[in-house]
Amino acid sequence: MHRSTFYGVLAATALTAGAAGAATVDDVKERGKLNCGVSTGLTGFSAPNASGDWEGFDVAVCRAVAAAVLGDPNAVEFVPTTGKTRFTSLSSGEIDMLARNTTWTFSRDNDLKFEFAGVNYYDGQGFMVPTGLGVTSAKDLDGATVCVQTGTTTELNLADFFRKNNISYEPVPIETNAEALQQYTAGACDAYTTDASGLAANRATLENPSEHVILPEIISKEPLGPLVRHGDNEWGDIVRWTLNALIAAEEYGVTSANVADMASAPGDSPEINRMLGTEGNLGEMIGLDADWAANAIAAGGNYGELFAKNIGEDTPIGLSRGLNAQWTEGGLLYSPPFR
Amino acid sequence: MTSVPDSQSDGSGGFRPSMLLNDTRYRGLTFQFVALVLIIFLVGWLGMNLVSNLAAAGLNISYDFLDEPAGYDINQALIDYSSRSTHLRAALVGVINTLLVAVLGCITATIIGVTAGVLRLSKNWLVARLMSVYVEAFRNVPVLIWILAIGTVVTVSGANPREFLTRGGAVEPNSELILGAFALTNRGFYAPSVLLGPGWIAVLAALVGGIVGALLWRRHVRQTLFKHGKLLPGWPAWAILVLPALVVQLVLTPVSLSMPDVASNNFNIQGGTLIGKPLIALWLALSVYTGAFIAENVRAGILSVSRGQTEAAAALGLRPRRIMNLVVLPQALRVIIPPLISQYLNLTKNSSLAIAVGYADITATLGGITLNQTGRAIESVLLLMLFYLVISLSISAVMNVYNASVALKER
Repeated sequence: MHRSTFYGVLAATALTAGAAGAATVDDVKERGKLNCGVSTGLTGFSAPNASGDWEGFDVAVCRAVAAAVLGDPNAVEFVPTTGKTRFTSLSSGEIDMLARNTTWTFSRDNDLKFEFAGVNYYDGQGFMVPTGLGVTSAKDLDGATVCVQTGTTTELNLADFFRKNNISYEPVPIETNAEALQQYTAGACDAYTTDASGLAANRATLENPSEHVILPEIISKEPLGPLVRHGDNEWGDIVRWTLNALIAAEEYGVTSANVADMASAPGDSPEINRMLGTEGNLGEMIGLDADWAANAIAAGGNYGELFAKNIGEDTPIGLSRGLNAQWTEGGLLYSPPFR
Repeated sequence: MTSVPDSQSDGSGGFRPSMLLNDTRYRGLTFQFVALVLIIFLVGWLGMNLVSNLAAAGLNISYDFLDEPAGYDINQALIDYSSRSTHLRAALVGVINTLLVAVLGCITATIIGVTAGVLRLSKNWLVARLMSVYVEAFRNVPVLIWILAIGTVVTVSGANPREFLTRGGAVEPNSELILGAFALTNRGFYAPSVLLGPGWIAVLAALVGGIVGALLWRRHVRQTLFKHGKLLPGWPAWAILVLPALVVQLVLTPVSLSMPDVASNNFNIQGGTLIGKPLIALWLALSVYTGAFIAENVRAGILSVSRGQTEAAAALGLRPRRIMNLVVLPQALRVIIPPLISQYLNLTKNSSLAIAVGYADITATLGGITLNQTGRAIESVLLLMLFYLVISLSISAVMNVYNASVALKER
């Protein structure tokens, strides 16, 4: 396992000379494909469906960026990455962007030299336990064995939470989500901890979801978002504003159903017109076609549609909007204006 | 003789550049030199690329992160460790865990391997075939699969610790501890822990004395055998080994046992000693896997000893077991030891798969969690490589010394 990491590092640092300095957007256009890093499989966020096509909430961000830059939401090469390999893949240039429920933290932004393009899901770390345990609060978990996926911020939060509450636990570090879930269902650990969205996704895949409960405590802030390499501001702007376009589209009522109509001729709202390229020259400013945002929205819909389709309350994952509602509805989603 | 020596005719002196290619004496050297320059150039190019690309990305190589708090917990730490300890300490915990499973694994793999190797040559058809099946099955499936499979078997076959818990006397437990002291659960094997009270030094001294005494007895047995041809019984050695320590313990009782506690916690058995499931799974898997290879080495070693040796020993009236121990194995060792060294190295290196079952070895701590939390991939991987290199070379060195001691002494 460490060997593959090493070769990754070696190949990454040695063979892609100058990758960090070149303009990523030109590389993507020349290649005709966006290399997008996703997780190795987390239902609802990024997982291949029955016919082998990647789908999910994070995948949708990749497709939107591909649509904005290349005009084709399917021009994406999905690169599955583990918690361990994701950063090396990105900094080496193997992938152009990473959309893999990655938490935006200070050290990742500054020490690892990445640039977070925004937040596509406001998450927090929670615990899932079998209902049979009779546990109603994470503070009751004194002495419990807890499965945790390695290589994530969750390990640190877990250690901090138990230390702060002065209770003990036994960590079981697991490499992948699938293995962790298997350990949890086999009873090798009492609780499984990861981001609450991930818990909901996992709970949905269990044989009997009603026998497991997600505890009310959210022990950390986990703003998840797509990220790119530090230093290529133009590319960072494209990813950032593609995400903003999806969020703003929901706010302004632009959906995958009406975006074609709205983009064909200028409408009443100047802001929508500017975003969809029927007025002004925002596309030129960002170095893309005038209809970049319209393409991004047409790829899978606006933020609200993507949420509802992949992880919303009507899906098996069943997440409510909560913090991820628009600012106009009491949530945290707030796109800067398109002008 | 004042004439100028003719280099063409006598060939002893003089050197022309063309000889580098045309003269077989120099041609080999030339090609080796060219290859060396190319390799140095390639390594240098990769290194320069690494440095310049890191610089271009604004990254640097620094080991400062080792002094920072690790921030994560480790489930098996044989030295004091908490989430406030440094990354260096976390790495040290990992080193100790790696060494622990490597040493345990080497010992059991050797026992399993020697037994299976000897039994595979048994005249008993069933035993020999069973050992063949064992060797072929374990040798031909990747060790990672065995680690996962054995990990799953332990998880599924062990009872949940909650079955044993009384929750402060509130619940009647479904299972009782064996002898009130042992329990096999899906999280590991619980056993009493040993508490060292005042005076435990006396027990230790008695034990050391017992070991010395037992060794002396064995020497005495050997000398009587060689001098008088009389074979004394071997059991007094065990008595000498155990009795003094036992007497001191019974009189002073400085060493006591702390039983696992089923009452105080709602999730797990507390107290006692827990041999965790990750360790059990990894240890077992590495042992049976490497044991299969060692069995083949042992078989080859035994077959390398001429049959005449066995027949001669039998003709002298030695029993089969003594033939094996006194005649065949000592000679076979010369063939067995060198490949055994590489099996020990393999086992140690294979222990880096520990994370598959959640065992916190050096690859899991330094090369896993620390690497991820700090993002210092190159630094961590270099340290890891250095560690495995040092460990492997040390094992090699120790085993080579042992090999030299059993090798055929040529006089």
